[in-house]
Formats: sequence, C-alpha cells, structure tokens
Amino acid sequence: MTGGQIIFLLVALFTLGSGFMVVTTRNLVHAALWLVSTLFGVAVTYALLNAAFLAVVQVVVYIGAIAILFIFAVMLTRKDMRDQGPQMNANWWLGALLSALVFVGLFFLLQGWSGLSTTAADIPAGFDSISELGNALVSPDAYVLPFEVASVLLVAALVGAVYVAFNRK
Amino acid sequence: MVPLSWYLIFAALLFSIGLFGVLSRRNAIAILLGIELMLNSVNINLAAFWRYGKDVSQMAGQVFAIIVFAVAAAEVAVGLALVISVYRRRNTVVADDISMMKW
Repeated sequence: MTGGQIIFLLVALFTLGSGFMVVTTRNLVHAALWLVSTLFGVAVTYALLNAAFLAVVQVVVYIGAIAILFIFAVMLTRKDMRDQGPQMNANWWLGALLSALVFVGLFFLLQGWSGLSTTAADIPAGFDSISELGNALVSPDAYVLPFEVASVLLVAALVGAVYVAFNRK
Repeated sequence: MVPLSWYLIFAALLFSIGLFGVLSRRNAIAILLGIELMLNSVNINLAAFWRYGKDVSQMAGQVFAIIVFAVAAAEVAVGLALVISVYRRRNTVVADDISMMKW
C-alpha cells in the first residue's frame, strides 16, 4: 500500500463519516456543520485528483456560500422542530434498504466494467489544467454556450429565490 | 497509485448516504442537505473520469463539474427560499405536513 492510497483512504473515511453524521444527527445546525466537513473532504479529493480549480471552487462556493446559506435557513426555521420529536419518518428503514440496494447495484455494475482498474496517466510536463479549463470555458469551439446558459440559470434562480422568499407585509 | 475503482466506490457510497438522507429525514432542510451530498458524489465521479481518461487536455469532465456547481447553487437558493416561505405561512418545515398539493 503506497502513501497515496493511505491518504486517499483517510480522506474517504473522513468524508463518509461526516456524510453519515449529516444524515443521522438530530440537531440540524450540527448537521449543517458536518456538511461543511464533508464538503472539505470532497475538496481534498479534488486536490488528490489534480483538479486544483475544482478544489478551490468547492471551498469558496460550497463551504463559503451554500453551507452558510444552510446554516442561516436552519436558524430562521428553528422554532419549529427544535430537537424534539423524531427526525426520521416512519419509513426510514425502507429508505435505508433502498439506498443500500442502490449501492449494491452500482457496485455490481462496476464489477462488470473492464476499465475499472485503470490507473491515471502522468500529467504531461508543462500542462496547466487551470489555463486549459479557462480556455475551454470561453472558447466557441468548446463550452462557451453551456457556461453562459449556466450563468443565466443562476441569475434566474436567484431572482426567483428573492421573489419567493420576499415578505410582502 | 489509486485505481479508478476506489474513487467510483467512494462516490457510490457518498451517493447512497445522501439518498438515505433524502428518503428518511422529515425536515425539508435536511432533505436538501442529502441532495447536496448526492451532487457532490456525482462531481467526484466527473473529476475522476477527467483525471483517469486517456487525454487530460479534454476538459469536459471539469467543465461539467462546474456546471453542476452552478446548478447546485441555484437549487439551494430556490429550495431554501421555498422552505422559508412555507415556514412563514404555515409555521412548519416538516415535509409530511406540507401536503396541500396532494389530492
């Protein structure tokens, strides 16, 4: 077992453990904080995959914006189910069974695929993934259209969110 | 070197954990937390397939992951706005109680 594999296993265990706490802990503020640690584990996974830009965006957008938005929303709606009453619905065992089945199904699907034990080729010398990504995002031959559509979608969603949450009184 | 399968199994486990959260939590905000976990596991897959693909200069995997980031941000903004709006009108965030559109 090499150093890279040990690091990957530690990061994966940390991420999965915090992910499990997100879905099981009773206090929702704690669940949102566990989400922060899960997202940080995923950011480290991106770093292990040499996707530097994704790792930074994960920290800035997910941890810096989305997780904080969750914490605000939990605090704004906290009076209701503070930590009392069951946090799981009556059919939680059905959900557990179904998600275990989904995992087993994905696992066996992967077993039958030949490309599974691929190892990563070395990154060519002088290859700059961030500038390649920037070029791909603005080049008309590549992905400028999906990029612009995503930005329009984001504007529309944020205007819609302000409209929906606006208090008319 | 870590083989591709480790990343894929890790992402599948994270996806299943998120699916369990979506299916079994009562609080609408906790359901959105589960959806975030599922979106993140898909992003791990996209980044892993970019890195383990034949040509690293094909940026499709990373570009798709960035689009998923934007869609996730939009989804959270609208979802939390809906939850807060429902909470203001009906004083509840329990998904079972928000069933007025069920016939």
